[in-house]
This record gives sequence, C-alpha cells and structure tokens, in this order.
Amino acid sequence: MKGSLMSNTANSPHNVIIIGSGPAGLTAAIYAARANLAPLVFEGEPSSSSDQPGGQLMLTTDVENYPGFPEGVMGPDLMMKFREQAARFNTTFITEKVTKVDFSKRPFTVWVRDTQYSAQTIIVSTGAQSIMLGLESETRLIGHGLSTCATCDGFFFRGQEIVVVGGGDSALEEATFLTKFASKVTLVHRRDSLRASKIMQDRARSNPKIEFKWNSKVTELLGTDKLNGVGIVDTVTGERSQLNVTGLFIAIGHRPNTDLFKGVLEMEDTGYLKTRPGSSYTNVPGVFACGDVQDHTYRQAITAAGSGCIAAIDCERWLESQH
Amino acid sequence: MAEGIITLTSANFDETVKSSTTPILVDFWAEWCGPCKTIAPVLTEIAKEQAGKVTIAKLNVDEHGDIAQRFNVMSIPTLMVFHNGEMKKRMIGAKGKTQLLAELAEFIPTKS
Repeated sequence: MKGSLMSNTANSPHNVIIIGSGPAGLTAAIYAARANLAPLVFEGEPSSSSDQPGGQLMLTTDVENYPGFPEGVMGPDLMMKFREQAARFNTTFITEKVTKVDFSKRPFTVWVRDTQYSAQTIIVSTGAQSIMLGLESETRLIGHGLSTCATCDGFFFRGQEIVVVGGGDSALEEATFLTKFASKVTLVHRRDSLRASKIMQDRARSNPKIEFKWNSKVTELLGTDKLNGVGIVDTVTGERSQLNVTGLFIAIGHRPNTDLFKGVLEMEDTGYLKTRPGSSYTNVPGVFACGDVQDHTYRQAITAAGSGCIAAIDCERWLESQH
Repeated sequence: MAEGIITLTSANFDETVKSSTTPILVDFWAEWCGPCKTIAPVLTEIAKEQAGKVTIAKLNVDEHGDIAQRFNVMSIPTLMVFHNGEMKKRMIGAKGKTQLLAELAEFIPTKS
C-alpha cells in the first residue's frame, strides 16, 4: 500500500474504522482514503428502516437541496455515487452492523458478532433512525398497511385513503409524495401548526388531496391482518374519532443510533453524541463523531457531509500528532 | 440482471415456481425502492454461494403488478420462498446476508 501512514495487514490495526455509511460516513471515507489512510467502513446491514447502508437518504426520492444537482437527484442514487467515490480511493466496505465496541484502550476494538477488528482511530457516523408510534399493533401491521418507507410502498396505495403522522419536513414530503398514488392523504399532527420549512408547507397546503387534522394523535391501529383504520384522539378536547384508511406512514422524528456507545462515549440525555464545539472530537481521544448522530439541529445531507469531512481531517491530524 | 438470478414475469411466474427443482426465493422489488437496491448485492452473493441448493429470482412489481397483487404485496422488498409450487415463507423488508441465510437455513440442504 504505497504511501500510506501505516499499512493494514491482518495483524496490525487499521488506521481508521468508520462506523456508518450515510453522507457523513462516506464523506469521511473519501477524505480519509485520499489521505492514504485506507479506511475500513462498516456500512451497516440492509433494512427497510433508515438504519441501513446509505442511511436516511435511501428512503427518499428527489433531493432538491443538495448542491451540484440543479435538476435534483434521487436519494439512493446520490448515496451510490458517494459510495463509488469512496471506493475509488481505496476504501474497504463491510456490509455488517457493528455489534460491540471497546474504546477503553488503544488500538480500539470493534466486533461484528465474533469477529474482531482493531484500529488506531474510530469515526462514528451511525446516524439516526425514524421513531415509530410505540403501539403494540405496529409490529403486526408493518407491511400490511403500515409502512416505514413511503417511497417503497406508496405505489401499493393507488386510489386509497391514507394517513401520514407528523408535522416536519419529512412528514410533508411524504404526504406530498403519496398524493401521486393515494386518493386522499390526511396529515395528523399533534399541534396546530407545522414546524416544516416554508416551501414544504406551501406545497402541502396547496395540494387539494391533502387534508390536515390538527391537535390530533393516532392512538390505535385497527385491523388484524391488514390495516383498515386508525383511532385518533384530539389532544385539546380528548374527543375520540376514527379514520377509515388502508395506509399509514409515520414521520414523527428521529432518534440517534447510539445504543452501541452507551457508557462508552459521552452523550446528551436525548442520546445524541457530544462533540467538542467546532470539531468532531468526542470525549475519547482518537474517537470522532460526525453527521446526525451528533447533530439534532441541522440534520441535512450537506451538513452531515461537511461534518464527515471535518471528522476525517481531525482524524488525520490526530494520527500525525501521535508520531 | 445479475448472473445466476432468474427474472420472473407475469408470463413465466407460475411455470417457473412450479417446475423449480430447488426452493426458490422470489424478491418482489422495483426500481424506485432504495432498500431493494441495498439487498441486490446480498442476493447476488447468495445466488452464487448457494447455487444448486436454492434459486434466487426477482419480480419487478411495477411491470408485473398482477403477481404482486395476487400475493397481496403491500411493501417492498418482500421476499417469498416457494417450494414444490407452494409459498412456504414470507419476509417483509430488507435484511442483511447473515439474517437472510438464517431465514433460508430450513430450505437449504446441509451436506451429509
């Protein structure tokens, strides 16, 4: 491996292991690879939630705000390009989820079940995943009317009435997208105003197929082997009602994927990793964090990518400082 | 289509599933589905490694909606295992290779 700081042989630790492969992890990989660090990326395991290789963008359609794509770009296509670019510069990918970490001594160790890998540095970019309602019936009805992926499943609700829960950008984007198929989309939101961006709000409000149900919460899913309605309670009056819909899509927010790092890395009460302001440093020297796993404020593909670049540069300089 | 993976259509679905000598895993997918893309390489690997023991096939739900409808597919990817012409297992959502092989274990004959 010509020119690399340290070579990655079977016995010697890797320079850097990157955990997670959304915009943050893959940008970190591109920068680390171009710095001849031959990064090893654990890109995660395929799933139908946003916790999968490529991250949250794998469940989106048109990304209209990523610079460089004036016509927009499909989320999955964008992530494939990120990945190809990282691969071009000597990045190794393992399509597995890390199951355990030990950051208490260097080199650091990560495990995929029984297989162990070690590295001088770690970049954590495990992202965030969407929150479900927490109702018992959810597990039973996933894939039978309840969907975790509007872009995957919208197609199956042609001419049907559906509900989208949430009031942020993701909820409005899903609701607007789903009107391509559904005859009517009811947006159920627990408040009386939206926190979504102006452009998404305008788009949704002017869409004749979208109706808003304010101050409302979905409390019950109806149907045994197939969804046929949802029970709703008014958060102000307490009044209960029912909507006879065959589809339900949930976009009520995200939680960071940090279960792996509990007791290992410092985090906020909400589970987001703490980084030193203006950097990607965690409380453990040599462990860096970037992307949504440490950002509950901006949460954009471009900010995640930018923070991935910061992490790779922090990591490279830290490695140099150890010599 | 990747090597070793059969493409199913409305026209050949029944015949292929019925006449398959091995269990056949059918991936109901579409071009616009991100998670379907992430499992594609997993299925290619399994097709190669388990050749002769299990057949991997794909059905595009966008082009052959009648078959998807017949099996009440409402979410993709949906993976179904057929053996001797009968549906034996149904899995909803993308899965990793380890998970998928564990799900397929009951259909893959072990060396005696």
